[in-house]
Amino acid sequence: MAELNSTFTTTTKDRRTKQDFLASRTFFVLTVFPVLLIVIITVALFLRAQPILSEYPLTDLLLGEIWKPNQGLFGFRPFILGTIWVTTVGVILSVPASILTSIYLAEYAHARTRAIAKPILDLLAAIPPVVYGVWGLLAVVPFVDDVLAPLAEGRLDSISIFSVTQPTGFGILAGGIVLAVMIAPLIISVTFEVLSTVPNDLRHASLGVGATQWQTIRTVVLPQTLPGIIAAVVLGASRALGETIAVLMVVGNVPKVPTSIFDTAYPLPALIANNYGEMMSIPLYDAALLGAALVLLVVILIFNILSTLVLQRMLRRK
Amino acid sequence: MKKKHFEQRHLVELFIKTIMRIALIIVASSLGLILWTIISRGLPSLTWDMVTQIPKGGYYMGKEGGILNAIIGSIYLASGGTLIAIILSLPIALYLQAYAQDSKWGDYVRLSLDVLWGIPSIVYGAFGFALMIMLGLRASLIAGIIALALVELPIMTRAMDEVIRRMPKDLEHAALALGSTKFEVALRVVTRQMLPGIITGILLAFGRGIGDAASVLFTAGYTDRIPTSLMNPTASLPLAVFFQLGSPYPEVRERGYAAALILTIIVLFVSFASRWLASRLSKYSVK
Repeated sequence: MAELNSTFTTTTKDRRTKQDFLASRTFFVLTVFPVLLIVIITVALFLRAQPILSEYPLTDLLLGEIWKPNQGLFGFRPFILGTIWVTTVGVILSVPASILTSIYLAEYAHARTRAIAKPILDLLAAIPPVVYGVWGLLAVVPFVDDVLAPLAEGRLDSISIFSVTQPTGFGILAGGIVLAVMIAPLIISVTFEVLSTVPNDLRHASLGVGATQWQTIRTVVLPQTLPGIIAAVVLGASRALGETIAVLMVVGNVPKVPTSIFDTAYPLPALIANNYGEMMSIPLYDAALLGAALVLLVVILIFNILSTLVLQRMLRRK
Repeated sequence: MKKKHFEQRHLVELFIKTIMRIALIIVASSLGLILWTIISRGLPSLTWDMVTQIPKGGYYMGKEGGILNAIIGSIYLASGGTLIAIILSLPIALYLQAYAQDSKWGDYVRLSLDVLWGIPSIVYGAFGFALMIMLGLRASLIAGIIALALVELPIMTRAMDEVIRRMPKDLEHAALALGSTKFEVALRVVTRQMLPGIITGILLAFGRGIGDAASVLFTAGYTDRIPTSLMNPTASLPLAVFFQLGSPYPEVRERGYAAALILTIIVLFVSFASRWLASRLSKYSVK
């Protein structure tokens, strides 16, 4: 801001400084837009969800078990738990492979391997969600049905979260596998960036006193970068929370609280996508769906702001 | 004793390295698996009619026609969204580098762009639709374009910001020392020097926009016709895939796989084009 003021005092000398002043003002006004947009989206969703928030206590909505809009029952619990299940499975499947990959790329890989890996990750990130959904439908669902479910059946039945409950392959595990692949490029690229903030001198010092590369990574690189890596995982998780079409296509969409990874689920984004825009004649339905969007938005905002703040700090140090 | 310790940690090193290589192979091969699935299932039902004709009567029951409406619709939607996003992104990115530098305000703007980038497209779609109800608008090309512009804006701006940040400071200082204003530096030096990166950012956002389904689901609607005005509802490729897969007719589902292949080809083409253009244009940048 100080800069703007100083431009102002020396201004009006000639056309060019005037032009510069005008441009800086216009550009500045444009930068207000993204900041404002977050507020506008949140407020707009809140206002549209207001009718249902004033009708029912928040706890009833969030913890209510039954979703029957035409009877005035709006329990989000099955959807919220469905979202948490799918996201958790996706993150658990994605994190080990993603972090190991980015450590390998950052610490071990030849420039040539990196040059091959980067476009592969870019393409993986570029594939549209609906194509991931098609892949899920054609490859992952049958894989769960033909391979993973029979594998778990009989062996893991005693553990309730692995018990096979329905014979289709659609469900949390299929959704989680698709999500795991979808969020991998994001986690890998952010972790890679975080790892590359560690100065090479530190690595050389450690290697110089005889540590192996893995000892160096474990004792020098990882402790320093842990907050950033956690932030990368949180970013991945928030991406998974909001993923709509790909998950919707493979997760089964049954509004029931899941108890096993082979259960079907009905995550919040799928609820919105499947029902919004239709059946607006049912009172409060529209408000309930925008309330679902608001819940999703608030959780994702918190995740994103925290992880971005951590990352901004770490990456600035470079 | 000493010798054993030495061997053990080297064994660990080897073990960890192997696991990491396996992880990399798993990640990389998932791309191969996805492409293989899409190509092997999509190619058999891909016909010339699909990309040259709009749906005829009974198309969704397996009769004649194609999805040209969705291909054109997607190109309109993504181009419009990208255009609006450029108009906002480029000044914001230039401001962040030329004027805001490392100020507090710059940090806030970057933070909010990163946060916007993380907001799922279904939320943009729902927000756009809520706005449309308030304004009394129906599902239309322009509503879809605006929703996509919101999805693309943070991706594009952050990509531009990252490349502009990498510009050699000497170039900027030299221009300033010759008496240029910051605006002239931004317009004549930064945008030219960083053109390859800026184009990469634009194409990245375009690719994201053309593949996004959740944001256009309520805002752009779906129709069998090619839109002739901004107020017409507009079909899009991702939704064409999505709707055809939900069909009870196997022939229509097969066409859905083919539509997914078309979408994948377009997105991969955009991705390769941006890579090629960037390396092509970087010849004209000062090294």
